[in-house]
Amino acid sequence: MADKNQHEEHQESGSAYGRFHRRVLEGRGALFAVATTLAISVGGLVEIVPMFSASWGPERSASVTPYTPLEVAGRDIYISEGCNTCHSQMVRPMRAEILRYGEWTRAWEYTYDRPFLLGSRRLGPDLQRVGGKYPDAWHYQHMEDPRSISPGSIMPSYPWMLRKRIDPTDIARSVRALARAGHPYADTSDEWVASELQSQGEAIVSNLSTAGIQTAWDTRIVALIAYLQRLGTEGNEILEEQERLGANAEGIAATTDVVSGTGGDDR
Amino acid sequence: MASTPSTAEPIGTTAVTPYDDQIVKMFFTATVIWGIVGMTVGLLIALQLTFWQFNLGLEWTSFGRLRPLHTNAVIFAFAGNVCFTGIYHSMQRLLKTRMFNDTLSRFHFWGWQAIIVAAAFSLPMGLTQSKEYAELIWPIDLAITVVWVAFAINFFGTIARRKVQHLYVAIWFYMSFVITIAVLHIFNSLAIPATLLRSYPIYSGLTDALVQWWYGHNAVGFFLTTPFLGLMYYYLPRAAERPVYSYRLSIIHFWALVFLYIWAGPHHLLYSALPDWAQTVGMVFSIVLLAPSWGGMLNGLLTLRGAWDRVRTDPVLKMMVVAVSFYGMSTFEGPMMSIRAVNGLAHYTNWVIGHVHSGALGWVGMMSFGMLYWLVPRLYEKKELWKPQWAEAHFWLATIGIVLYTVSMWAAGLMEGLQWRALNETGQLANPIFLDITARLQPFLLVRVVGGAMYLAGVIMMAINFWKTVHSPDEGRVETVPATV
Repeated sequence: MADKNQHEEHQESGSAYGRFHRRVLEGRGALFAVATTLAISVGGLVEIVPMFSASWGPERSASVTPYTPLEVAGRDIYISEGCNTCHSQMVRPMRAEILRYGEWTRAWEYTYDRPFLLGSRRLGPDLQRVGGKYPDAWHYQHMEDPRSISPGSIMPSYPWMLRKRIDPTDIARSVRALARAGHPYADTSDEWVASELQSQGEAIVSNLSTAGIQTAWDTRIVALIAYLQRLGTEGNEILEEQERLGANAEGIAATTDVVSGTGGDDR
Repeated sequence: MASTPSTAEPIGTTAVTPYDDQIVKMFFTATVIWGIVGMTVGLLIALQLTFWQFNLGLEWTSFGRLRPLHTNAVIFAFAGNVCFTGIYHSMQRLLKTRMFNDTLSRFHFWGWQAIIVAAAFSLPMGLTQSKEYAELIWPIDLAITVVWVAFAINFFGTIARRKVQHLYVAIWFYMSFVITIAVLHIFNSLAIPATLLRSYPIYSGLTDALVQWWYGHNAVGFFLTTPFLGLMYYYLPRAAERPVYSYRLSIIHFWALVFLYIWAGPHHLLYSALPDWAQTVGMVFSIVLLAPSWGGMLNGLLTLRGAWDRVRTDPVLKMMVVAVSFYGMSTFEGPMMSIRAVNGLAHYTNWVIGHVHSGALGWVGMMSFGMLYWLVPRLYEKKELWKPQWAEAHFWLATIGIVLYTVSMWAAGLMEGLQWRALNETGQLANPIFLDITARLQPFLLVRVVGGAMYLAGVIMMAINFWKTVHSPDEGRVETVPATV
C-alpha cells in the first residue's frame, strides 16, 4: 500500500498551525470549500465591482455614439474572422506608438465596444486609428489580396468577403440585443435597420465605384469597410474638440472628461 | 525486466472493483487524441505565420479562426482531459472510495467531449465571442456550465463519502480548480443573446476587458496551474517513492496561491486606459505571486531529495523534474513581465507567446506526459511500457523542442518590441514600415516551427507507445489494488 504511505506520511508532521489546519479544515470538506471560495472571491470583487462606479471605473463620455447597423455588421465580421487575434485596438501612451498609430486610446472610446477588442498580439499593426487612414478601395483590394497592396504581408486573403452577403434581418437582431444592453438607437425595427444599412452601404459603394470597383451595398466587404473606417475617428474628433475648447478657455484646468455635445455627427 | 506476474485477482472477476478505473481510461484516451489534434493545429498556425499559403485559401482554415481552435483544444481538450484523468484516478485512491456516481462520471466525460467537438466545428465556422479562451458561443457556454456542475456534484459527493478523515493536499488543489473555474466561467460568459449563434457581453469596453482578463489569467491559474499542482502532489511522490518535502509549505503556498492569483488579471491591460489603480494592483499582486509559485516548485523539487539518482534513469521523473523547473521559470518570468516597464516592451510581441509556451509545453505538457507514463502501465495492468526507450526519446524531443520554441520566441519578441519602439536621431520611427519588422522575424518563426514539430513528434511517439502497451498481451500488475473497500 505505497499509496497510503507517501501521502499520509506527509500530513502527519507536527507544527502547531499544521495541526490546526489539519483539525479545522482538512477534516471538513464543506468548510474547506467555503474557505477556498472566499479566498478566490476577494481579488475579483475588489477589482471588478469599482468598475461600475463613475469615480473608480473607466472614464466615460456622453459624446460617444454607438456603432451604426452597418458598422455593427462589420464588427461582427471582424470578430467572426478573428481579426483581433492579430490586430490590437489600443494605442499605448508611448511616443513610438503615437508616432506609428496616432493619438493614444482613451477609455471612453470603448464605450460601445461589446465585446472589447483590445487584442493581445500584434502580428499586424494596431487598428485603433485606422479609420480614414486609407481610402475604401484600399481596404477592398487589401482584403481580396493583402500582398497586392502590402508586399510581404503574412495576412490571409479574404476573397469570399467580396462575394458573401450580409442579412439585414439578422443584423436587426444584433442591433436589438445591443439596444437591450443600453446602446441608444433611434429605432430598432427591421425596416429601420435595413434602410440604415442600405444608405450607409450605398455611400461606400459609390466611393468604391470612383476607384473602378463595382460591388453591392450588402456584401460583407462593404460592412467591414464601414467598421474599419469608423475606428478611432470619433475619438479623434472629440479629442480635437477638447483641445480646441481647452485652448480657448484659458485657465480652465484641462480635464480628461469630455465636453458633451461634440458627438452625434451623422456618419 | 523481472518476470513476476503479480496478478492478485483473476481477470474478468465479477466482484465489483473498488475504484472506477474505466472512466480514467476514457479520459486518458481522449487526452491522447485531443493532444495530437490540438498540437497539430498549433503546428499548422505556426506554419501560417511563416508561409501565408498555409491558410489554404479557405474560410475555415485562416489563422484568425484556427488560432482559437488551437488554444481551446490544447487547454480544454488536452489539458482538461489530462486533469480529469489524473483527478478521477488519484482522488478515488486518496479518498479510498469509488466516485460518487458512475453515471455522473460518464455524463461528465461525454458532455465534455461533445463540447470539444462543438468547438471544433463552431470555431472554424467563425462562430465566436472573441474573448480569449472563452470564444465559444453562448449555447456551448451553457453546456459547459451544466457539465461542470455535474462534475462538481460528483467531486464533492466523492469527498462526502470518503473513507479517510483528512483531505490530502492534492484534493485542495483539485477543489480550487472545480470551484474557481465555475465562478470564472459563469461571470465572464454573461451575455445578451442576439440569435442562437451570437451574443453580446453584459459588460462593455474596459470593464469587459477587465472581466475577461480576470477570467483569462485565472484560466491559466486555475485550469493550467492548480489542478496540475494537485497532480504533482499525487504523482510526483508516487513516482519518486518519497513523501512530499514539506507539509507546512503546502499549506502556506496553497492558500497564498489561490488568494493571490485572482488579483493578477489587470497585468494584461497595462498601459491601457484602464484606471491606474487597477493596473497597479494587478502588477503588485502579479509580482507577489512569485512567492507561492516558487513555494510549489520547491516543494516539488525537494520531494526528490534522496531520489536524484533515479532522475537520471527514469523518464517519468525526468519529465516531472523538467515540468516543475519550467513551472519555476515561467512563474518567475510572468511576474517580471508584469512590471510595467518590462510589459511596455513585451506586450503584443512573441515574447508573450514564448512565455505561454514555456508554461504550456514545459509545465503542463511535461507534467502530463510524466504522469501518463507512470499511470498507463498501472492502469492497464501491464508490467511496463511497450518501449521504455521511446519514452526517453520523447523526453529529449520535447525538451529540445521547448528550448527551440521558447528561445526563438524570446529573441523574436525582444527584437520586434525594440524595433517597434526604436527612434532615430531626429526623433522619428527608425522602422516606420511595420512589415519590415515582420520580415525580420521570419527566421525565428521557422525555428519555432521546428521546435513545435519536435514536440508534436514526441507526443505521437507517446501515443504509439501507449497503443502498443495497452494492446500488449503481457499482463502483470505494477500496483496492488485493494480487493475490497
